[in-house]
Amino acid sequence: MSDPESFRAEVRDWLEANCPPEMRQPVRDEEDVYWGGRNASFKNDAQKAWFEACRDKGYTVPEWPKEYGGAGLTPAEGKILRQEMASIGARPPLSSFGIWMLGPALLHFGTEGQKRRFLNEIARGEIRWCQGYSEPGSGSDLVSMQTYGEDKGDHWIVNGQKIWTSYADEADWIFCLVRTDKQNKYQGITFMLFDMANEGVSTKPIKLISGNSPFCETFMDDVKVPKSYGEDIPGYVGEINRGWDVAKYLLGHEREMISATGGGDRASSLGAATSRQGELDPVLRAEMAMFDVDALSFTAMSEKFMDELKVNKGHPAQPNMLKYAGTELNKRRHELLMAAGGSRALEWESEETSGGKTARSWLRTKANSIEGGTSEVMLNVISKRILDLPGA
Amino acid sequence: MPLYHDEDQAMLAETAEQFMAEQGGIQKQLRHWRDRNCKDGFGHELWKQFAEMGFTGILVGEDHGGLDMGHVEAGIVLEEIGRNLTPSPFLSSSVLAATALQHGSDDVKTRWLPDMVAGEKVYAVAIDEGPKHRPERIACKAEKSGNGFRLSGKKDFVVYGASAEMIVVAARTSGSDSDEDGVTLFAVPQDANGMSHDSVRLVDSSMASHITFDGVELDGDAVIGEVDGGRSVLNAMLTAGRVGAAAEGVGVARGAMDMTVDYLKQRKQFGKLIGEFQALQHRAAHLYSEVEIARAVTIKAAQLLDGESEKAELMASVAKAKVAKAAGLAVREGVQMHGGIGMTDEYDIGLYMKRDRALQEFLGDQYYHANRVAELSGY
Repeated sequence: MSDPESFRAEVRDWLEANCPPEMRQPVRDEEDVYWGGRNASFKNDAQKAWFEACRDKGYTVPEWPKEYGGAGLTPAEGKILRQEMASIGARPPLSSFGIWMLGPALLHFGTEGQKRRFLNEIARGEIRWCQGYSEPGSGSDLVSMQTYGEDKGDHWIVNGQKIWTSYADEADWIFCLVRTDKQNKYQGITFMLFDMANEGVSTKPIKLISGNSPFCETFMDDVKVPKSYGEDIPGYVGEINRGWDVAKYLLGHEREMISATGGGDRASSLGAATSRQGELDPVLRAEMAMFDVDALSFTAMSEKFMDELKVNKGHPAQPNMLKYAGTELNKRRHELLMAAGGSRALEWESEETSGGKTARSWLRTKANSIEGGTSEVMLNVISKRILDLPGA
Repeated sequence: MPLYHDEDQAMLAETAEQFMAEQGGIQKQLRHWRDRNCKDGFGHELWKQFAEMGFTGILVGEDHGGLDMGHVEAGIVLEEIGRNLTPSPFLSSSVLAATALQHGSDDVKTRWLPDMVAGEKVYAVAIDEGPKHRPERIACKAEKSGNGFRLSGKKDFVVYGASAEMIVVAARTSGSDSDEDGVTLFAVPQDANGMSHDSVRLVDSSMASHITFDGVELDGDAVIGEVDGGRSVLNAMLTAGRVGAAAEGVGVARGAMDMTVDYLKQRKQFGKLIGEFQALQHRAAHLYSEVEIARAVTIKAAQLLDGESEKAELMASVAKAKVAKAAGLAVREGVQMHGGIGMTDEYDIGLYMKRDRALQEFLGDQYYHANRVAELSGY
């Protein structure tokens, strides 16, 4: 690695020259997030300029190798870049499930051909991916999933239904768990990759208790999925019938990500923020204080977890604990925000509440302890893998 | 600084763990002294061994025989004390009194520190006046008298006070009871005329004194730090003590939790190990989360204190409150999951519940500290 301080200076200069002032404002709404993909459009020139500068520098995925569209930064350099971006409030230039989920899976399980094609497409924001995991009958018990791919030699014919596929209606491609062996529960699933434009794929958005959502149902009706997209580019990740390994790896990765970010903005005191809008009832103030105790403590836990992760200390199942504690904490936070907000917080559509933001966020957080593994599943995992309790 | 123990600290933890398990265990210390109705409530021989191990001087500078280490290291020893319920004047002497004395003149340090480091003497601290921790209010008076002071008033919850060769007393030298200024700390020797102890055994078998000062005459050199400017020393002492008490509480919580998780793997009912029941598994897993988080924030607070961060005071209160919540949960779940046997004196889990209760009160409970977190955060 280069000298850290000279790298930091270099990054600072580059950000100064390339990150437009508009891109240093907090993200206010969905339009402020750039997801890329075939049908993507930029909200304004600043968003376009910032994305293109990062893309050309490899900074959409700074720590991926250069040949796959990244900047080949070491973890230490990546950390410096993140710190410098955070210090000027720079928005992420590109958000995508390709970066967060498929990318890590391909880096770990993909062939060279897959990495060269798909990682570059992700890094350059050309293809927007969605994730097909859950099914109506398979939530926590994901491995019971039924979507089936019938082997037709050089391709599969896939039939079934996925649910909770975020942004399926806007995505170009899907990475999808498909059963390819009905006799074998765990070793009968293949991690397939295919184009959402294929005949037989359709999507339907899901409205939540919080209102519109990115979630969709995705239907597959005789969809033809090729086993290969060219030399060394299989249409699946890992091996046929071993997709569960990939899925498990990604779930672990996802929980780690949630662990690192979960729990919302914990650095600032909730009680201090809410008391600025009016005096808190004494009992509510007391609850806020207890919340702040838990939130500040959890922040220390997250820090400890991240520090230990870097040196491979700590129990490998620890992300499950952080996911559990962090999401439960965030739900509590939003309950308290509703209580502090009073009748104003009940407003569902008014301009003053930016369209009922407080109430909608409160309801949305109820999913935190469901998505990515329910709190109950997390507690099962802690019982089994950390506490080693019998029969867990 | 990464938020885990570095190599030296990990080695100290290993040493402390082994030492405390061998020498400070429940049978050998807590039950031993309790069952003999020992008026000290702890073993002087063990205190000597603490000195041989270097523990007594962890926070004391090398000039006075100490190791000049930090609060992370003190916390490591305290966590093992907590795990083994080891009765010891360590927190009072080597953390609280030591922190106060470090702010004293060279004469004060030389007079008191080396004997404590050598394990020859133990010290106590007298802060509370009344059954709850309210250090903002100091009414105990020290009036100018000749070249020294005359001390009058009462102090409560002076842990191991009757056994202490010296007691650090927070007294008012000017102003009214709740003034920030006008507080002075004194090192009051055991044989001071006019000091009387009402020493009582507490629920956890430790001993604590109600002390009455009836015109106790003190020399000017009994003053620790500045006359009327003792609040900053008192605060430093309290912050150190709270982080230390939190570390001991983490040990209590872990000890109770480990015992309980073990029990879930042994006890059979309905033809099954009770640890197979999901109702208990989830409670145990939740408890694990809380204890891990409490431990993380305690190490964080100790690191901030060692780094002289301005956030140390806030995080000391966060840690003290969080540990109280987690350790309270650990001992309650511990007794409940043990069932009937958990209620017997013969079984150790109840001893954890008793120690936790006393530690909760010491230097402020979770309600006191949550309120303090709110105040320090500006609401």
